[in-house]
Amino acid sequence: MQILYFASIREQIGKSEETISKPDDVETVADLVAHLRSFSEDHHNALESMMFVRIAVNQVHAQADHPVSDTDEIAFFPPVTGG
Amino acid sequence: MQPQISVQLDDFDIGNEINQLKVDKHDIGAVVSFVGTVRDLADGLTSMTLEHYPAMTEAELARIAKEAKERWPLEGCRIIHRFGELFPGDNIVLVITASAHRQAAFDAANFIMDFLKTNAPFWKKETTSRGAKWVDANDADDKALERWQK
Repeated sequence: MQILYFASIREQIGKSEETISKPDDVETVADLVAHLRSFSEDHHNALESMMFVRIAVNQVHAQADHPVSDTDEIAFFPPVTGG
Repeated sequence: MQPQISVQLDDFDIGNEINQLKVDKHDIGAVVSFVGTVRDLADGLTSMTLEHYPAMTEAELARIAKEAKERWPLEGCRIIHRFGELFPGDNIVLVITASAHRQAAFDAANFIMDFLKTNAPFWKKETTSRGAKWVDANDADDKALERWQK
């Protein structure tokens, strides 16, 4: 699966994307977040408070209980500030 | 009517955009436009950088425009949002709605901006003499959505 990070989350993690294999026990975005937090202290800090993290699955806004598959593009970003 | 959406580095000309929307159309009685610009709140803003999610941005703006089209009888809809480095006074976003009557055009433009502010994947970073800082999301933007609940 393709993981994307934007804005402050991208800066905290220090990369804009990474490709990972979906572990068998990762079924939802929430499971994926728990998995990603184990990657590094920066991942842990950036994804610690999901109150401030927005999610998109395959370029559509999604909630933490959204199911994920190995071919998905999952993006994590802070609340948007365009306009 | 197919909404026209652009996400671009370049500036836009509002007069040109309105004229293009009206070409060969005689059922339009009202055109409403909104332009959002870079402001400097006396903080010494030197520039603002807009990041976005290229694969998602146009699709999300199209979803918002489609929803507006389903709620109001629009004859034209144009959205342009810029990204990259911008300076105080620069244009950021343009929304144009056209309809037979003004109320639909006003309401649809308002609706599109409210949803764009909370759903379109853009992030602003402000640079001042003290450094660069991401702009915090505004609670008032979330509240603005409540009035559109059906």
